[in-house]
Formats: sequence, C-alpha cells, structure tokens
Amino acid sequence: MPKSVTIRVNGQPVQMEAGSIVSAAFLKAGVPCRTSVTGEPRTALCGMGICFECRATVDGTPHCRTCQLLCRDGMVVESER
Amino acid sequence: MKRADVIVVGAGPAGIAAATAAARHGRSVLLLDDNPAAGGQIWRGGIEARGQETSKGESARKAAALKDLASSGATLLFGYRVFDAPGPQTLQALRDTAGGTEVVTLQYNNLILATGARERFLPFPGWTLPGVFGAGGLQALVKGGFSVQGKHIAVAGSGPLLLAVAVHLQEYGVHITSISEQASRWQLAPFAASLWSHPAKILQGIGYRAALAKTPYRTGCWPVSALADKKTGMLKSVQLTNGAKVWDEPCDLLACGFHLVPNTELASLLGCDLRGDFVAVDDQQRTSVPNIYCAGEPTGIGGLDAALVQGEIAGLACAGKPTDSLRARNAAERKFASRLEAAFRLRPELRLLSALDTIVCRCEDVTYDNLAARSGWTDAKLQTRCGMGPCQGRICGPATQALFGWTPKSIRPPLFPVPVSALCFHDSQHNVSQENA
Repeated sequence: MPKSVTIRVNGQPVQMEAGSIVSAAFLKAGVPCRTSVTGEPRTALCGMGICFECRATVDGTPHCRTCQLLCRDGMVVESER
Repeated sequence: MKRADVIVVGAGPAGIAAATAAARHGRSVLLLDDNPAAGGQIWRGGIEARGQETSKGESARKAAALKDLASSGATLLFGYRVFDAPGPQTLQALRDTAGGTEVVTLQYNNLILATGARERFLPFPGWTLPGVFGAGGLQALVKGGFSVQGKHIAVAGSGPLLLAVAVHLQEYGVHITSISEQASRWQLAPFAASLWSHPAKILQGIGYRAALAKTPYRTGCWPVSALADKKTGMLKSVQLTNGAKVWDEPCDLLACGFHLVPNTELASLLGCDLRGDFVAVDDQQRTSVPNIYCAGEPTGIGGLDAALVQGEIAGLACAGKPTDSLRARNAAERKFASRLEAAFRLRPELRLLSALDTIVCRCEDVTYDNLAARSGWTDAKLQTRCGMGPCQGRICGPATQALFGWTPKSIRPPLFPVPVSALCFHDSQHNVSQENA
C-alpha cells in the first residue's frame, strides 16, 4: 500500500496518498477552495499555479496556491471566502 | 543573496536542458522553479497510474534528462517565484518558509527564461462550475492525487494536448466520453501531412490513436455550455456543437483548454521585445536584451522537442560554446511550431460562446456584458476590475484577446501578488550594488 497522509480540510480529516497536492484534498472532500466575489464555489482550474482559483488558507497562511503545495501530515487547510 | 554565472527560470524541459548545458561547461548555474519538483508541466512528476503506461519512452527520456541535470553541477531551487527585476542583472524571488515567506535576491551574468506556457481558457456558460477543469489542469490534478477512477470525462477545446491528456487520464481508469477539437479537419490536414518530417511525432500520434481507439475524436466540434445538476450544483453534462447541431453529452468532469499561450510576463518585465505574442529571439536564443536568453514555449508553442533543443542552445551560448550543430534541428522545430499555430487557430464562432451574464474574469467575476462595451484592456481594468485580481490577467487576458482583440499591456512588478513585507524588502548587498550603479 502507498504511504498516506491525513490533513484537515475545513475541520474534516481527509486521507491522501503521500505526494498528493492540497487541491486534490479539497476535491476529495468535495468542498470548494474558495468562494468567488459573487458567491460562486471555485476549485482548481489550471493546476499549475497560474489561475489562483485554488487559493486557500493553509496552516493559517491565507491565499496559498494549493495546486503547488504537497499535503503534509497534520496540515490544516480552510476554504477562503 | 545568491549569485551565479547563469540563472535559469523554469525547470521544465527547456530549463533543464539549458541548465545542464551551461553547468557542464563549467558555469555556475542556479535553476529556479515555483513548483516543488523539476519537470515542468509536460514532465510533471506525481502519482502515476498503476498498470500500463502508454508513454514509457517519454518517462525514460525524462529520467535521462534529470540524471544529466543532477550530474551537471547545477543548483536546483524549488518553490522560488520570481516576482521582480529591481535592478540590472538582478531578480527577486519569494519563497515559502516554515513561518511565512522570504524574499531572495538573485544576481546573474546571464539569464535564461524558460517560463513555459499555460492553457488558453475561453469563457462559455458554465465554465466556472466545479467539475470543469483545464485539460492539462485536470491531468496535473490527477498526478497530484485527485482520484478520478470510474468517472466519465469529456475532453474539449483545441490542440495536441487534448489527445495526450485523454490517453493519460484513461490510464487512471476513467471513461473518456469523447474528444472535441475545435479545429476543422481541413485546417488540420496540412499539419498532419507535414508531419512526415517529424517521424517521432507521427509515432506518438499513432500511439495516442491506438490507445484511444474506442473514443470518438471529433474535429470541428466545440463546447457551447456546461450544465449543472440543479440539486447538487455539480457538473452533469456538456453541450457540444459541430456548428450545425447542438447535443448534450453527460459527464462527471469536463477537461477543456484551447491550446496554449506563452508565459511572457517576466520577459516583458525585463524589457525583452515580443514578436506577436512571443518573445523574439535570434538563432542562439538571445532576446533583445543583452545577456538574456529565452527558450521553449515563450518563443513559440513548439512542444517538448523544441524546448529541449532551444534550452541546450541557450545554455551553450551562455557558456560561450558553439551551437551550430543544433541549428538545423532548431529550425525544423520552429517550422513545426508555426504549423502547429496554423493548424489549431481558433475558429471565430468561439468568440460568440459567452452569454451576457457569463463570467469572463474569474478573479473579479466580471461578466461579458460589462466588458463588451469597453474600448480596450486598460479601459476594462479601470471600469470593471477585469484583470486586476490575483491572476493579474493571466486567464482573462488571453480570453479577452480572443473575444475582443484586446492586447494586455503594462506588465509591472510584482509579477504576482506578494505580501506587503516583500515589497518593502531591501537586501543590504543589493542596496550597495544600487548605490555603486
């Protein structure tokens, strides 16, 4: 079995394969990374750090591009308003 | 503060080839990338599908290139985002640290820009729904651990990337419902016929078609809207058209991108001349600015082989070594790039996909009707905030270029949003060098 890591997405534990990116954890949890200025739910679009649709708060730091961040055990991530 | 003879920005194939060539010839080399690993997009690492893999040959090529890079003596710096060029031969990059971020000043004698390309996204009703991804975007997310096994995925848009993505996704156990290529068969025919001079590309194409034997590949077809389930808000289908009729194709996910656009922001900031949308270079990959070179997609969308040869030329040129033996190969790849551009040219119907309330600028949720009346990019920015969100027009810029013919101008630092502390940062050594200048 591949090694796994567990991170918290909006308080909910999500188990991911080691080497996974944080955007993928949001997709697995079924919650958006951010809510747009008119209230639309958004998740990663470009997957390569260009579009900023996947930005979220990671371990207290806001506006992180979660498609360029690897999941680490114990990481706490929150959707952005 | 870090210094090197040669700094390479971007660790995709072009950057890897450039750094390897320069370092092998005794130059000190720093290779920077904003991602956590080398490979860029086309050689992106991550979680591979178990079982069969269509692109075994490609993995071997990547492994060989990374091995050459490792033994070349180049220093690799990951998670570095270049956001400014505050003085001559100086860059500033931001990098994440345990407690926040850190600004690093970098000085070079020669700079090689290998900043790659991004997908072009065109707005259509529903394109902002969860479940709609870029084609390369979805591939990257799947390699990043997004589990798609058993899902029905429609692939649409334009460019050879669609085929590569479909083959790759299939290896993860998905059902590709169809691939819709906006370019017509007539537009693609001369391109296909020209491939005789690139046998490796023909073989790759044949491999893709064999892997996708059961998947409809429709030329002259494009998406007109993505529809959501009323209860869940999730994507349920994509509406496709061939210009004569419109039909509904149920899918769990839509992978949609309209070929590629070059990442020229850093080159523009440094004052390098553009030719059309691309960075202008000579046959040694020199830009219009002395000691600055550019290789790969920013100089013309030519794919992997172009990136590798141009990167090598730039690296050799920085090291003062001859590049004559690579010139013919580069010329052939440039021809391939111009044929690619002609083959996947966007059809005019794509400009008419947006409804009045379709969001064009996703960062600021600016809708089509708010933009249609504007006189140009600057007017749109001033009046609507289009292009003024965190992506700084990287997504809506190419979209409004396609929709309205606007050319985004005025690249200014920071190249992407940074904390205020990064803007206030002054490297002590950097200050000294500025005073001397």
